[in-house]
Amino acid sequence: MNDAVLADLALDFSFLSLLAVGGVITVLPEMHRSVVEVHGWMSGAEFADLFALAQVSPGPNILVVSLIGWKVAGLPGAAVATAAVCVPSSVLAFAVSKIWQRFRDARWRLAIEDGLVPVTVGLMFAGGYLITLSADDSVMGFAVTAVTAAVVLTTRIHPLWLFGAAGLLGLAGWV
Amino acid sequence: MSEAPPSTTPGTRELFLRFTQVAVSGFGGVGPWAQRMLVEERRWLSAEEFTDMMSLCQFLPGPNIVNVAVCVGARFHGVRGALAAFAGLMAAPFAIVLGLGVLYTQYGDLPEVASAFRGISAAAAGFIVAMGLKMAASRRLRSAMAVFAVITFISIALVRLPLGVFLLVAAPASVAVAFWRRK
Repeated sequence: MNDAVLADLALDFSFLSLLAVGGVITVLPEMHRSVVEVHGWMSGAEFADLFALAQVSPGPNILVVSLIGWKVAGLPGAAVATAAVCVPSSVLAFAVSKIWQRFRDARWRLAIEDGLVPVTVGLMFAGGYLITLSADDSVMGFAVTAVTAAVVLTTRIHPLWLFGAAGLLGLAGWV
Repeated sequence: MSEAPPSTTPGTRELFLRFTQVAVSGFGGVGPWAQRMLVEERRWLSAEEFTDMMSLCQFLPGPNIVNVAVCVGARFHGVRGALAAFAGLMAAPFAIVLGLGVLYTQYGDLPEVASAFRGISAAAAGFIVAMGLKMAASRRLRSAMAVFAVITFISIALVRLPLGVFLLVAAPASVAVAFWRRK
């Protein structure tokens, strides 16, 4: 049973590794689909909590994958999921970094960049939309999400202050 | 920077340690810290080299900052360098986040913790929304190409198409249109 789960984690996340154009946040919707909807490993709210936990922790955003693996199959799950999401894309990056500079001004290279940016932005909004729906079920929840987004865009405040303030609002029972 | 003069060719140990340092300073995004370490403090890369590397790593699949670590490590010491930088970036944060995970399962059911998390996860969602808005300001989106952003959002967020199937069709289509527009 556990081996089957580890195999699922390895397969799903190495696939996601190669789909994550523009970073790991862009595969958030697909992760949600796989983890919550397809496998039923956790509820949408738990998914949103794990995501929040990874955000308040120092380090790359990718750590949400470690937490998902850990939640599903303990330490082996965390190790397998993390390796699966990092290795395929790292191997590709390793290979491409050796040749990319040669094609600096090539038309196809510029076209790839032009073409992938809009898709990445669409995926980013899809991720924000789905994680907001998972995290918020009250008007105040949506308000906290909106205010956080606005503050992040307009100030250079340290993120931990925002998480702290939001946590206090939650603790006070307002969210 | 009053630190020791920057070494032009860091050893693998140095790569590991510097990336660990970058990783544990990075709350809500490691990129800016990596830039500071690589370009300003250590001068392993020029600003231009960093920008080039970043744009490559952003469009390649996978976690951007992991790609940056791999590329920087590879540049100095090939596979060994890539592994050292990768391990430095991931090891400490991996341990920290799992520690938080343990605390969360232990105390997550307490009503206080659960209600605090309602606030924290709402804020975490706000960060993603902000990231999307920031990227949407990209110069590459100020054209008819923006249509592909809308199509992507609808297909993934609303229709809930599987990402693999969608990308297989949409990415080549979008790149083909971009190629044609660059004529």
